[in-house]
Amino acid sequence: MHELAIMDSALSLALDRAAKAGALQVHKIRLRIGVLSGVVPDALQFAFEALVPETIAKGAVLEIEEVPARFWCPECRAEFQAADFFGQCPVCHVPSGELRSGRELELASLEVD
Amino acid sequence: MRTVQVGQAILSRNDKLAERNRGFFQAHKLSVVNVLSGPGSGKTTFLRETARGLNGKLKTGIIVGDLATDNDAQKLRASGAPVVQITTGTMCHLEANMIAKALKQLPVEELQLLIIENVGNLVCPASFDLGEDLRVVLLSVTEGEDKPLKYPPMFQAADVVIISKIDLAEACEFNPEQALANIRRVAPKARVFETSAKTGEGMDAWREYLVEYHLRGKGDPGRSGGEV
Repeated sequence: MHELAIMDSALSLALDRAAKAGALQVHKIRLRIGVLSGVVPDALQFAFEALVPETIAKGAVLEIEEVPARFWCPECRAEFQAADFFGQCPVCHVPSGELRSGRELELASLEVD
Repeated sequence: MRTVQVGQAILSRNDKLAERNRGFFQAHKLSVVNVLSGPGSGKTTFLRETARGLNGKLKTGIIVGDLATDNDAQKLRASGAPVVQITTGTMCHLEANMIAKALKQLPVEELQLLIIENVGNLVCPASFDLGEDLRVVLLSVTEGEDKPLKYPPMFQAADVVIISKIDLAEACEFNPEQALANIRRVAPKARVFETSAKTGEGMDAWREYLVEYHLRGKGDPGRSGGEV
């Protein structure tokens, strides 16, 4: 249920940026959400629909880009994308504790008029 | 139609406030641990016994978050440490600004260690930095060995994992080796302690870790004999 708090923050940020850009209407909001962020995209969508009606983002589309988990393997000295949540190197099978990306909660961009 | 590029963290407001907390903690030479787990894993009893045993070793204060009631604060006060209860209403996690506010009710100048007991929840609190130095995640033997595999984001962010209620391991048919292997899969670098707040097993090693961590100026003391 923290998706509501996160969506609320995202929307405030988006509306603030839209106002600064002199926008009258927001058509699309793009987020980048890491698969290890602990946030469920469907729940964000649900929160989004509950929050936008009273704003200039009414009727806007929420587009979520999922960011895969990428780890660094100190043995192979290479970055790899994990097939699951566990950072096991596909080459040497050593577990990596060094997450390089996958926890993102980011407002990427807006489409406005 | 035009595009406005933003590229900003959604929780940047919380992140900024957490950094402010971190600066405040640094200035006051205060070591801060954020303790997280699912409901019912024994956080409050574990922390009461942690604080009780630290009497005379580390001056400890506690902030505890719950949706409602101050039952946990009352229980924690039995340790002798000053306690502030935050009731979050419907909010499922603590945020950095709540900590900043609660700090005003603690004798911060006198403290060396601040323990934050987060809301019992294995999902939401993972996203919110409070400015802490150490994230501690509890896994009780009653929850099963595979909890770290079911909730990877929470365990991945852990600096320390506490396997709690170890005195019940046999009754729950809990396999500590399997649990450790699962923790290592998700958080290979985390320190792991097996503890029982009831019998005191493993509690000294964990408290010694906290004392060492603080005395080294928030430096990791390395592996100790009490760890698994």
